Formats: sequence, C-alpha cells, structure tokens
Amino acid sequence: MAKELWKGNEAVAEAAIRAGCRYFFGYPITPQNEIPEYLSRHLPEHGGCFVQAESEIAAINMVYGAAGSGARVMTSSSSPGISLKQEGVTYIACAELPAVIVNMMRGGPGLGNIAPSQADYYQATRGGGNGDYRTVVLAPATIQEAADFTQEAFDIADYYRTPVVVLADGMIGQMMEAIEWRKPKERALPPKDWATDGTRGKRPHNIINSLYIDAKDCAVQNRKLQEKYDRITETEVRYEEFMAQDAEILFVAYGTTARIARAAVLKLRKDGVKAGLFRPVTLWPFPEKALRECAAHENVAAVIDVELSMGQMIDDVKIALAGAKPVRFVGMGGGAIPAPQELVDEAYKALGRCGK
Amino acid sequence: MENRLTIVTGHYGSGKTEFAVNLAVAFAREGRAVTLADLDIVNPYFCSRERKAELEAEGVRVILSSGGNADLPAVNPAVNALFEPNVCGVMDVGGDPAGARVLGRFAARIRETDHELLCVVNFNRPETATPEKAERYLREIERSAKLAVTGLVHNTHLCGDTTAADVLRGAELARELAGQTGIPIRYHALARRLMDQVNISTGEPFPMDIYMKKPWEIEPTEE
Repeated sequence: MAKELWKGNEAVAEAAIRAGCRYFFGYPITPQNEIPEYLSRHLPEHGGCFVQAESEIAAINMVYGAAGSGARVMTSSSSPGISLKQEGVTYIACAELPAVIVNMMRGGPGLGNIAPSQADYYQATRGGGNGDYRTVVLAPATIQEAADFTQEAFDIADYYRTPVVVLADGMIGQMMEAIEWRKPKERALPPKDWATDGTRGKRPHNIINSLYIDAKDCAVQNRKLQEKYDRITETEVRYEEFMAQDAEILFVAYGTTARIARAAVLKLRKDGVKAGLFRPVTLWPFPEKALRECAAHENVAAVIDVELSMGQMIDDVKIALAGAKPVRFVGMGGGAIPAPQELVDEAYKALGRCGK
Repeated sequence: MENRLTIVTGHYGSGKTEFAVNLAVAFAREGRAVTLADLDIVNPYFCSRERKAELEAEGVRVILSSGGNADLPAVNPAVNALFEPNVCGVMDVGGDPAGARVLGRFAARIRETDHELLCVVNFNRPETATPEKAERYLREIERSAKLAVTGLVHNTHLCGDTTAADVLRGAELARELAGQTGIPIRYHALARRLMDQVNISTGEPFPMDIYMKKPWEIEPTEE
C-alpha cells in the first residue's frame, strides 16, 4: 500500500477505528484535539458513537461503562485531563476491563502549557490512581508507531483485560509523517464472557465491580491482579537498541526524545565517539533486564538518561543498572526540548573529554 | 507575481506554512520589502512564528499571532499593516475551513486590495487524496474565508520521504483539479533536491527549502 501523510493525532484516531473501536468519550484539550475531531467526524460513518462528555471524569466513566459491556472503547486527553481521569482508570483496572487511553503529554505541572512534554511518566507507569495496579504503557517515537501501537493496544487490553495507555508527547500528536497502514500481529483473544451485555435469560448475571468490602476478598483480587502484571512483565516487554553493541556512551530515551538522542549518536559517531541508544518501547513493563545487559558491556563508560521532564524514567534506569554504571541526566521540564548538541556536550563531559 | 498581497490557505498538512515561508523569502531575495503575517490561530505547533529569527535574517518582517505557542492565539492588529500601500504581504493562514475563517474578518479589505488567494494541495493527505476531495476542501475554505481562491499551489509531498514519482503523480491530479475548478496552477512546489529530477510543463516549479524542522532534524552546530 502506498504511503500517506498523516498527522499523529489523526493517525491515532484512524488506528482506533481500524482496530474496531466504535466508542469514544472525551473532552477537548490541546495538543490532542484532532483525535476527538477526527472521531466525531468518522466514527458515525462506521456505526460508532462519539460523545463529547461534560468533563474528563464523565468521559472516563463512560469508558468504564462501555468497556464493561464488552465494547472496544477509547478516550484521549493531555496531561491535566489525564490527571482528572485517574479515578476511572483505577476502577477499570480493578474491575479488569479492557480500555485504551491516549495521553499526548504537555508541559506541567498544573495547567502548564501546550508544548510537548514527557513529565507524566511517573503517573503512567505507577498506575496513576489509587491502589496497587499498573497500566501497560506503549511509547511511540514515530507516527507509524503511533498508528501501529494504537491498534495493538486494543488487542493487549482485550487479551489481559486491563487498561492500556498510549503515551506520547504533544509533538507526536501534532507532527506529520509518511505511514503505511498495517495490521498488528494476531493474538488469540479470549471470549468476553464476563461482559454485562445481557443474559438473554440463559446465564447468571455478570457483575462489574471494584468494591471489595471484605479485606480478604480485596487481598484475593490484589493477588490476582499482581499475577496478571507478572505475566505481562514476562511477555510484553519491548525495546530497541541503536548502535549499542560497542557503545562507550549509552543514551536511554523514549518517544521523540529517542529521535533527538539518535541524532546525537550519529553526530558523535561521525566525530569518532562510540555512542549508542537504548529506547524503551514499553515504559511499563520497563525493559529492566535488557537495559541492564546492554549497559553491562565493559565498553559502556556512562549512561545518559534523556527526558522532556526533570527526570522520572531515570529512576527505572537506576533500578535496572543497580549502581553498575554512572547515570547522568539531560532534560528539561515545562515543555522545553533539548537540541542534539546538548546531548553531544553531555557525552563529552561524561567521558571527561573536550568535544567538538 | 506582482500582487501586493498573497494569502496562503489549504488543508492541514498541505504544506501551507512551509510554502508561505519560502514564498516570503523568495520575494525578499528579489529585493521586495516583504511582511509575513502568521494568521494561524488553530494549530498549536509548527507555525511560521517559530521561524521568526530565520525570516528576519532574510529581511522578512514577521507579524506574529500573539503569544507564540499560546493556548489561545489571537490575531495581531498589526496585520492591518498589510493593507497599507507599497507593502508586499504574505498571509500564512491556519489549516482547513476552520483556520480560514480568520480571513472573513478581512474579506472586504482583501477584495479591495490587489491579491492572490492560493490554496495549497497535497494529494498524499488522505482527506485530499483525489481532485474531488481536494475541491470539497477548497470550496469549504472559500465559504469560510468569504473569498474566492485565485490560484492553486500543487505541493504533493511526504515530508522527507517525498520522491519525484510522488510529485509527478500529484502534478497530474493537480491538472485535473485545475480543469474541474477552472482555477489555474500557480506553482508546483517541491523540495529543492528534487528540482532537476522533475519536469513539469504547466505552472511554475517552485523550489522549497525546509524551514519547519523537527528538533532531531537540526544538525548540531559545528564549533
């Protein structure tokens, strides 16, 4: 199929339709507005339903209801709006329902600004709401990946009965790139025999619930969730290495920041410095073992974590490395973006050399 | 082109801003006193306001919509300077009919001014992939702007992945669009690197340098 030029937000919206999502509930916020715009125009053409809710909290609870009925459903927002949705996300996680949540991150904290950011890493990878739960977090670095991962997010959500977050910075939402439409690899998805889609007088009631009054029951549910998270950690970890095999400087970055780091790697290589990149693709489960092994090579002198935040993923990087290698940081909060040259400069500092 | 005022409209992703910036620079290099007004109040990123420094270095005066990357950009009253005599003006308008609505406010004054209203078309965008779909957008933009499009800018591209074949395929579709709308093709815009690979007979080839770069496309500066 010929390549087409897609804006990130539109590609995410079209990917949802292609994945069979027919229900979208949301509330507008920049820089992700093209997602609801596109779905409001195109979902009805596919017999679907778009609702602009009165608030983010209403929207996520509509997602909760639609997911409970077994439908493929999505919501999208940007950082402050995602904060508002956390109550619903923890309910959905506890009730073990599949849903897809897209966060096109913007500068924070608070209302912040509309510039691209990666400062919701903690929120996305540590659950975000109350209680012991996790959401699978997929971090696209290109519009092609945004289209691929959004489609696949629905399969992962259905397979594990768990909310899946597509986490990208506003740049992924706003920029345009050439993509090809392709289907995700097929998974054998279990039947949705838990859905509250009508008994037709033929089976007992299904109940969707996140309230376990008895502490023993709640402990059982927690254990069940944890076993599922262990299974996900075992099977769903994804990452990409770029020129990492012989690297003396190893950058760790995800999303668009990984592309800035990649530009820095190429520049350093041109200058004779062996630089490489480790890019986590799933942020939860974090590719802990793979990063540890990648950084364990004796040629790796230092690891440089790069984020559009004041340093959040760096915690997971340090856990993975367990003190084996020095970890340095380049990043900015509030929507600012480092230039490749700043990463190059940091690499020379780490090596104790003067750069070009 | 001798018009005093050139207005650049089109669908999101057609390459309006890239074209408007290149056009302003081309006029400036011809020795004209150019003013570029960023009238994009619908797009939060990748607007001509981000390229103010480069444009000013080329001698282009830039009028920004207020607040740079602001959540609520507003039209700067300084835009009225474009209607003063002896000004060579370029208006970079926001995408889609929604973005073109801002022109409605200036429609009466624009009609009194010697102007060209250009619509940029990229046939690699799914919503304007055929001449029929592209015309629907063009007509909606006209309704929203309360002005008639006077010229087409053919700009079929895939950002950095564009090939000569893309441009030639798009040029054929642009000719169809011109035929069915009666609006002439003013320019075939294409990346400068493709200039000697493409030979198009109708409309003027217009070489484009890429100003609207992503952060990783900016080559680290050599010291």
